Formats: sequence, structure tokens, C-alpha cells
Amino acid sequence: MKNQKSKIKNQNHIPKFKKVFKFFNFSLSFWILIFGLWIFNSSGCAQRDDALAKKTITVWHWMTDRESAFQELAKRYEDETGIRINFELYAPSDVYSQKVRAAAQGRTLPDIYGLLGEKRDFAAFIKSGQVADLSEAMNEENGLWKECFFSKALEVVEFKENNTYAILPGIYGAPIDIMNIQMLYNKKLFKKARLDPERPPSNWEEFIDDIQKLKKVGVPGLVSGWGEIWMIDCFASNYAFNIMGEDKVIATLKGDLPYTDPEWIKVFSLFKELVDKDALASGIVIMKNKVAEQTFANERAAFAFNGSWCVNVYDGMNPRLEYAAFLPPKVNGKNPMYIWGGGSSFSFLVNDRSSKKLETIKFLKWLTDKDQQVYLSSETKNLPSNKFALAKIPKILAQFADDMDSTTNPGIWPVTESPAVIEALGKGIQSILIKEKTPESLAQELQAIKEKESQESF
Amino acid sequence: MILFKNIYDWYRALKGFRKGLATSIIVILSVSLAELIYQKSHNLRFISPIIILLVVSALIGLITKIILVRQFRSFLFIVPALAIFSIFYIYPFIKVLQLGHYNWDGILPTMKFVGLYNFIEVMKDKVWWQSMFNAGYITFIALTFQNALALILALACDRQMKAGNFYRIIFFIPPVLSAVVVGLVWQWLYDGDYGLLNHWLYAIGFPNLARSWLSDPKTALTCVAIVHSWKGFGWGFVILLAGLQTIPHEFYEAARVEGANSWQVFKGITVPLMIPVFVLVAILTVLGSMQSFVLILTMTDGGPVFHTVVPVTRILNSMIGSSRFGYACSQSIIFGAILLAISFIQKRVSQNMRQA
Repeated sequence: MKNQKSKIKNQNHIPKFKKVFKFFNFSLSFWILIFGLWIFNSSGCAQRDDALAKKTITVWHWMTDRESAFQELAKRYEDETGIRINFELYAPSDVYSQKVRAAAQGRTLPDIYGLLGEKRDFAAFIKSGQVADLSEAMNEENGLWKECFFSKALEVVEFKENNTYAILPGIYGAPIDIMNIQMLYNKKLFKKARLDPERPPSNWEEFIDDIQKLKKVGVPGLVSGWGEIWMIDCFASNYAFNIMGEDKVIATLKGDLPYTDPEWIKVFSLFKELVDKDALASGIVIMKNKVAEQTFANERAAFAFNGSWCVNVYDGMNPRLEYAAFLPPKVNGKNPMYIWGGGSSFSFLVNDRSSKKLETIKFLKWLTDKDQQVYLSSETKNLPSNKFALAKIPKILAQFADDMDSTTNPGIWPVTESPAVIEALGKGIQSILIKEKTPESLAQELQAIKEKESQESF
Repeated sequence: MILFKNIYDWYRALKGFRKGLATSIIVILSVSLAELIYQKSHNLRFISPIIILLVVSALIGLITKIILVRQFRSFLFIVPALAIFSIFYIYPFIKVLQLGHYNWDGILPTMKFVGLYNFIEVMKDKVWWQSMFNAGYITFIALTFQNALALILALACDRQMKAGNFYRIIFFIPPVLSAVVVGLVWQWLYDGDYGLLNHWLYAIGFPNLARSWLSDPKTALTCVAIVHSWKGFGWGFVILLAGLQTIPHEFYEAARVEGANSWQVFKGITVPLMIPVFVLVAILTVLGSMQSFVLILTMTDGGPVFHTVVPVTRILNSMIGSSRFGYACSQSIIFGAILLAISFIQKRVSQNMRQA
């Protein structure tokens, strides 16, 4: 009886199972069909889409302020050549940076892309075979393309013979615009403090004196995005070059000169002096540069330490702002004041794996040509990378451009500092600003980290 | 041997073992195929995870159908789900475990095996432990201040009060708001020069208390923890209110008849019956607070110096800022292990409390 029941039960189950099994077979076949279609599509049989793809160049970037100008240039290029340029914006910059890295890992980078990071990141992208060497194209027609760029801009994307990154010598990108970071002062607030609005401070002592006078009329002194350690690093680097000279700074990076050297302590002491003399805007130690820009644009600080991109930013925030740029005031009159960031703020790289490499290079040549550079510069108020496009830039941008010869960039130094030391330097200076560390203790800490990093690299 | 009293028990055990073995084979096959296709796909430009999934599902389905169809019919039906789980959960987990033992910049195809070096470095990293302390402090404030506020408001709304639904909506607004917006608004409130908080302090005659709240190392972490609690109390409020409404009113009425006052009712009825809800809220608060970072990124970015840094911002910094993917993975593994340990402890405590 029991056996009979179970037999009936099993018989009832068989048709149900068959139905489900059929459904499974159907779904499996469906997925296989999809897979087959994909293979068919990617093998080049779908010629219509392929033809369209061949005429489209994809570009990734992160700059919201340049997006509309890029779209306009893309339209113009399509009208001229029939090739569609698909500019894809991914912002903010940290999100963009993650996207590019993920795409590099998956080998899905577009035809053209911008790269955010240090020279070692750039070298890693080249080593992974995802950046094309543009030297040949640059040197065609007696170097016509190469000659149109500012030499400082090209140096940033260039790897020379025997570089420390073991990269084959060559030019691996096309600069789109350039920048440098300088001091700015508010002319209106200068007048309020009875200072000459046409005469910014020429040395460190004058700078501190001017701030004291500004404070007396209730105007805070210097504002900058020192919550972001690269801005602090930049300010400290400028004064390291000025106080100790280029050779000693490079010697420190190489490990030949310790951070405990008295001249490095003098560099760190400048930050202590700024705190002791109450020369900084409130909250500067956690301030992002965007907030610092708002503070200066709203006339809540007399001085700002900012890059040439600020011209566009301030124009958007306060078009009536009266300000001018000047080189950071020197501490040591004997050495020049090198300013950080003298190179391309933004370069486009060509994906070496792109099937449209030649078309891509042609487009980059067109984009960096004088007419397009004049348009980009006038629309975005950035310094053009093409030196022949400088004629039509605003006066304030011209001030930044005038000091291009005084610029330097970690990208062109023979060695770069390790991320651990860079972080310790930036955070250490923040510690001085909140009076947790002294210049001497920071110097010792930095040297200890530097020695540890050197040992580990061996 | 006591477990297996007769041959039928042995048969069941063997059947269970076979099923487990089949499941493991499917998982291993899925993960291996995903890795194989990922490695090979470097030359295929448009390969995507979805395509990998389809290929793996189809192949495994086909293999299972051909070879194992007679013995493991039922497994055919779990193959797609198992493949998805394996590729999107197990595979990344194994990959993180693997990367934690390598020195890798996240771009180059070559990685250097460093064994446990990354883990030892994390253990020795003072900033990492400071970030753990900061996360612990924020969690402590959230567990006490945030949940106490949530409970008080839930108790208030549980009574028959006027415009109760209005208050419920109001209290639930902070969690719905974007953390970035909340961070920026509070950043302005805390501003040293133009902030509302300092403005009030001046107005009520305490100018000496005014400061730049977020850039002062003495106050920065507490200020961030307060904002985190303000933003998060709405979740606790909703869960606690739901819990309070499940307590039968007859209990309260009986207690009143017996002459119990409000405190006695709360201590004798509400608290014991709400223990499972308290435990749930506590677990959610701990996990949420330990992993909070958007508010911190917006308000202080971990500063001044490292005074508001938390583990997630450190991991992000190692991965993006310093290009140390292997180190970031080892930080993630250690942080995951700590969270797992906390969850187990809380579960254990809740079990003991329930038994008590």
C-alpha cells in the first residue's frame, strides 16, 4: 500500500518536473543565444554599428567648467571631418580618478583620457601599455606640433633618457592647458587698510607686515585650501626652493640631505610664524580649496594662495572682485622663487590599445591648434598650452603666464618623494598650524619616515 | 557514532555530503571561470561582468546538464543563482583576500607577493588605530546620545499626541537627506567666523566659548559625532516606535491598576519587552557608525591632521591617494574582521539578555 502511494506520488511529480526542466532548457538556450549574438556582434559582422564606432572617438575627462566648450569643439570637428567626438564627463575628480583606474585594470579605457595623479602613476599607465608614445607625431614636419607648446607643459608628459621610472624616452601626452599656483591679493581690501593696491608685498617681512595692517581693519590675512595636503605641499615646496635652492631640495628627495637640516626647519618655521602672527584665515587647516576660493571671492580674506584656474572660478563667484597675482614673497633674496605646478594642469593621453589611434592623434593636433586653444582659453579662462594662443587672454591670466619661467613641477624632477613622506609632510604642517608639533619635531618625524621608506625600497 | 543510529542516518549524511560537494564544485567552477575569463579578457575590449556571468551560467548549466543530469537534477535550478552569488560576492571576497598579500599599485599587471607584510604594517600603523579609536568614539556617541534621543522621541510619539504623524515625518527627515548636504550645512553652522553657533554664543554672552569648531582638535571629533547622531537618530526612532507599538496596551493598563507610576511602567514593562528591538538598533547603530565616512569627507576630510579620520577614509586614502591597493585590501580585511567580531559579541550578548 505504501509502495503504491509513493509510485503514484512519483508519477504525479514527473510531468511537473518535465515542465520545469523544459523551462530551464528554454532559458539556457536563451542565454546561449544572447551569448552567440554578442560573439557575432563583436566579431565584426554587425557592420553598421562598427562603421559608426569607427567614426566616433571617445574622450573621458573630469572638468565640469570645460565641458560646454569641449562639446562646442566636438560639434565643430564633426562638421569639419565627419568624425564624431564623444566627450564623457565624470566628476568630481576623485570619482573620475577611480573610474580611470578601474578601466585601466579592466583594459576598457577610451580612445583619449586625462590622468589624475603623480608621475609614478603616469609611469604605471605607460608600463601597462595603455598610453601611446606621441613623439613621432610631435616631431613630424620638423616638430611643428611639438613647437607650438610651452616647453614646461611638454616636460610634464615627457620621459627623458635614463629616467628613474624605466620608461622608454618619449612624449606620452598632449597638454590642453597649463597652470601655475601663485599668490593673489584683494585690491579693495588693500585700500581699506591704506596699503598701495598696485604694490603687493615683495618679501616675507612685508607680507607679514601687510597682514598685520589688514588685521587692524578687521580683514583676515591668507586663505588657501590647506585641508588638502597637496596645497600645503605646494606652498612648502615653493619656500623650500627659495630658502635652500633647487639642488638641496632634490638632494633631500634622493635621500642625500636629511629633513632635519636647519634650512628645512626654517621652511617649517614659516608656518609656525603664520600661526603665531595670526596671519591665517579661520579654519584653514581643514579648508578645502573650493571653500578657500569662496572665502577670497567673498572678500573675507586679503590674500589667497591659488592656481591660475581661479580666474574662471572667481569670475563665476564674484565678477566684481578686484585682485591681482604676484609671486609668493621671497624669504631668501639670493635664490629664485620657484612656483609649483608649472606645467600642464591637464593633458590628454591616447590609449595605445585604441583601434583609432591615428584619427585620435589627428584630433588632438586639431584641439591644440591655435584657433581651438584661443576658443578654449577665452571660454574657460585657463592658460592655453599653445604659446601662440596667448595673445587674447585676460590681464590677470597674463600675470600668471608671465611667471611661467619661474615654475617647476614634481613631474619634471628626477626623483619624487614617496607617498608616505608626502602625507607626513602635509599632515605634519597641519599639526604645526594647530600647535601640536614644532618645526623641529616635524623634521625628525619626516626623516624617520624617509629612512624607513628608503630601507623598505631596498 | 551516536549521531548515526541506523543505516538511514548514514544514507542521509552521505546525501548531504554529496549535495555540499556539488555546491562547492559549482562555486569553485564559477569563481575559477570568472577569474580565467577576466585574465583572458584583457585582450577583449568590450568584455563586461554581465557577459562573464552569462558565459559562466551557460557553461555551468550545460556541463551540469550533460554530466550530472541524472544524479543532481535539483542542482540545475540553483546554478544561475549560485553562479551570480559566486561571481559577485565570493569571487570579489577571494580577490580581496588575495590582494591583501600583494604589493600592487592598482594599474600594473604585475604584483609582488609580500605574504603577511601588509597585515603587519596595518597592525603597526598608529594612524590606523587612531582611525579605529575615532570610529569607536563616534559609535559610542551614537549608541548613547543618538539612541537615547531616538527612544525619547519614540516614547513621545507612541502616546496619543496631537499631530503625531507630523512629528514622525519631521523626525525622519534627517536620515533621508543627503549626507553631503547635511555635512555642508553643519560645516557652515560650525564655521569659526560666520557660523551660527558662534553667533549665538556671542548673542547669549559666551564669546569666550566661540571657536572654529571643526578645525580645533579638541572639538572636531565630537562635532562630527553630533552631526552623525543627528542624521542617524531617525532610523532608531522608526524602529523603536514600531517596537513600542507591538507592546499590548493591556499590560500598561494592568500596571496602572496596580498603582505603578510612569518610571515603574517603563522599567518593568517597556524595557524588558523592548530588549530585542534595543539589540537590533544597537547592532545597526554600531555597523552604521563604524562605516560612516561621507559626512567626514564633506566636513573635515579626516582633519585637522588625523583627528577625525575613520577606517574607511584611511582605506580610501591608501587605495586612491597612495596607490597601495594591496595595503588597502589588508586594511579592509582587518576592518571586516573587527566588525564581524563586534557583531558576534553583540549577538551573544543579545542571546544572554533574552535568556535572562
